[in-house]
Amino acid sequence: MEALFQNIINALQWGSFYALIALGYTLVYGVLLLINFAHGDIFMVGAYIAFGVSVFVLGTQGLDLPNWAILACGVPLTMVLTAGVGVTLERIAYRPLRRKGAHRLYVVITALMCGLILENGNLALLGASRKKFPELMEKTIWTFGNVSVTNLKVIVIVAAFATFAFLNFIVTRTRIGMAMRAVSYDKFAIPLMGIPVDTVIVFTFVLGSGFAGLAGMLFAMSYPILEPYMGALIGWKAFIAAVVGGIGDIRGAFVGGFLLGFIEVGVVAVFPSTFRDLIAFSILLLILWIKPTGLFGVARHQKI
Amino acid sequence: MQKYAINIAFFAGCLLIVLAAQFGMVDLYVQSVIMFMGINIILSSSLNIVNGYMGEFSCGHAAFMCVGAYVSSVITVVLFAQNKIFGAPILPPDMAVFFMPLAILAGGVVAALVGILVAVPSFKTRGDYLAIITIAVNYMVISGIENLEIIGGSRGFMGMKQVVYAMGDVVDIPWMMIWTILGTVFTIWIIRRFVSSTYGKGISAICQDEIAAEIMSVNTNKMKLVAFMLSSGLAGVAGGLFAHVIGYVNPQSFNILKSTECMVMVYLGGMGSLSGSVLSAVLFTLLLEALRPLQIVKWVIIPLILVLLMQFRPEGILGNKELSDVFPRLKRYFRFK
Repeated sequence: MEALFQNIINALQWGSFYALIALGYTLVYGVLLLINFAHGDIFMVGAYIAFGVSVFVLGTQGLDLPNWAILACGVPLTMVLTAGVGVTLERIAYRPLRRKGAHRLYVVITALMCGLILENGNLALLGASRKKFPELMEKTIWTFGNVSVTNLKVIVIVAAFATFAFLNFIVTRTRIGMAMRAVSYDKFAIPLMGIPVDTVIVFTFVLGSGFAGLAGMLFAMSYPILEPYMGALIGWKAFIAAVVGGIGDIRGAFVGGFLLGFIEVGVVAVFPSTFRDLIAFSILLLILWIKPTGLFGVARHQKI
Repeated sequence: MQKYAINIAFFAGCLLIVLAAQFGMVDLYVQSVIMFMGINIILSSSLNIVNGYMGEFSCGHAAFMCVGAYVSSVITVVLFAQNKIFGAPILPPDMAVFFMPLAILAGGVVAALVGILVAVPSFKTRGDYLAIITIAVNYMVISGIENLEIIGGSRGFMGMKQVVYAMGDVVDIPWMMIWTILGTVFTIWIIRRFVSSTYGKGISAICQDEIAAEIMSVNTNKMKLVAFMLSSGLAGVAGGLFAHVIGYVNPQSFNILKSTECMVMVYLGGMGSLSGSVLSAVLFTLLLEALRPLQIVKWVIIPLILVLLMQFRPEGILGNKELSDVFPRLKRYFRFK
C-alpha cells in the first residue's frame, strides 16, 4: 500500500514533466499544424539556460545572490530567455518556409534538423562533460509512514497543474486565445479578418518555449545532472504523450503526459527497469491503433 | 548495342572495383567506404519508396535495419562460427559462401514482417500520426533487442568476422564487396521494376490523392502494405550487409540518428527519384568521410545542410525527376519509364 502511494507520487512528478513539455508541443501544433520536433531540445536548452543563469549570472560566479533571490529572479529569466530561443527558431527557420507556402513536410524536416543542431551544437560548444546544477533549495522531506515527499516534488506537481490552468484560461477565455483557435481553424480567412497571424504564432511559441524553460529549470533542480541529449528522449516521449492525448488539445496533452508518467512508473514497479521504454511505447502504439486521433482528438474530415 | 551500353559499363565498373580490391590496388579504408556507399544506396532508395513515392513520413527506418542486421548475424554465427553461447558451428564453415546471401535475405524477410507493425496502423492514419508510430517502432525495436540477453543485449553482438574469414578461406576474393554490390544491384533493380510498373503506380497515386486512388480501384491498403514491407525488407538487407561488413553490431548504432541519416539522404537526393537517391547516398557517404575529423561538429553541419536545402531547394538535388529527365541525351542509353 505504501509502495503504491510512493509510486503514485513519483508518477505524478514524471507526468508533470511530460505534461509541461507536451503542452508546448500541443500549443504549436494546434495553431500551426506543425510538429515542432525541436521542442524537446528547447527544453534541454532551457535547462542549460537555467544552469547558466543560476551559476554565472545570479549565482556564485556572478552577482552571488542568496538562494531565494536566485530562484525568484532565475525562473522568470529562464522562461524569458528560453522563449527567446523558441521565437528565434520560429523566425529564422519556420517563418521563411511559411511565407513561401512550402509543403508541411519540409517544415517538419527543418524542425527535426533544428533539434539536432541544438543538441550537437551544445555538445560541440560546451563539451561532453556533465554539468552539475547547484542546489537552490533546502531539501525538506515530509514522511507519512514510509511514504516520503520532498518539497521539490510538490512544487513540480503544483507547477504543472498551475501551468495547465493558466494555459487553459488563455486559450479559452482571452482574445489572443480566441485568435489562436481561429488560426488553427482556418488559416486563410484569418488574415482577412484583420488578425495579425504572425503575432499570434510568435505568441504561441513564446508560451510553449517559456513553459519548456520552466520544465527545464524544474528538471535541473530535481535531477541536477545536465547533458546535451537529455532533451531528446524526454522530448520524443512527451510528444508521443501529446499525440496519445490528442494533439492540438490542451487537456489531451495534460492527460497524455500524466498517463505516460503512470505507465512508466507502473512498468518499472512490476518489470525490470530495462523494459520501461519497450512496454511504454507498446502501450502507446496500441492506443494509437485503437484511436488513431488520440483520446481527445477530433477526426478531421477530408473533402474530396 | 546502345541499349545495353549502360549495363555493360556498369558491369565493367563493378568488376573493376572487385578486381581493384582483389589485387590490393585500393586499401581497406577505401574498400570500406565503397561498401558503405552500397549500403547507404540501399537504405536511401528503400526509404524513398515510402517517403518519396508514397509521400508518407517514416522516420524510423533504422529499426528495420536493426532487425535485419541482428537476424542475419545470428543466423550466420549460429551456423558457421564458434560462439560462447551458441557453441560450435552447426554446419561446416566452408558452406558459408552459399548460405551468406540466404542469411541476408532471411534478415530482410524478418525485417519485412516487422514492417507490418507500421503498415497496419497506416491503413487508418496518415502524416504526423504515422511518423510517431515509426519513431515508436524504432525505440521499441532497439529496446527489445537490448533486453535480449542471449544475443548480447546492449553490449552488442559479434562473431560475424569469423564467418567472413571462413568465406575467404574457401576462395580468397573480397566476398563482402561482392555481396554488397550484388545487394545494391538487386535493390535498385527491384525498386525500379516496382515503381515503374503499372502495379507500382498505385503508390504514386496514393501520394497524389488517396481518396481518388481508392475510387480509381487502387487497393490502397494492399499497396501500403506492399510498400512498407518492401521498404523495410530492403532496409533489413542493408542491415545484414552492414553487420557483416563491420563485424560487430549493437542496438544503439541503429538509433534515431541513423534514421535521420537515411532521411537526409532521401531528401538530399529528391523525393521520388531513384537516381537522386543513389547520387545522394554516394555524396553523403563521401561527405561523412570528409567530415570525420571534425567529430561532433559533423552532426551540426549535416542538419544545417538539410535546413538550408529546405529553405532554398526543397525538392532536393533532382526532385521527382530521374537523371534521364535532367539530361535528355541519356535516354538513348537507358529508359526509366
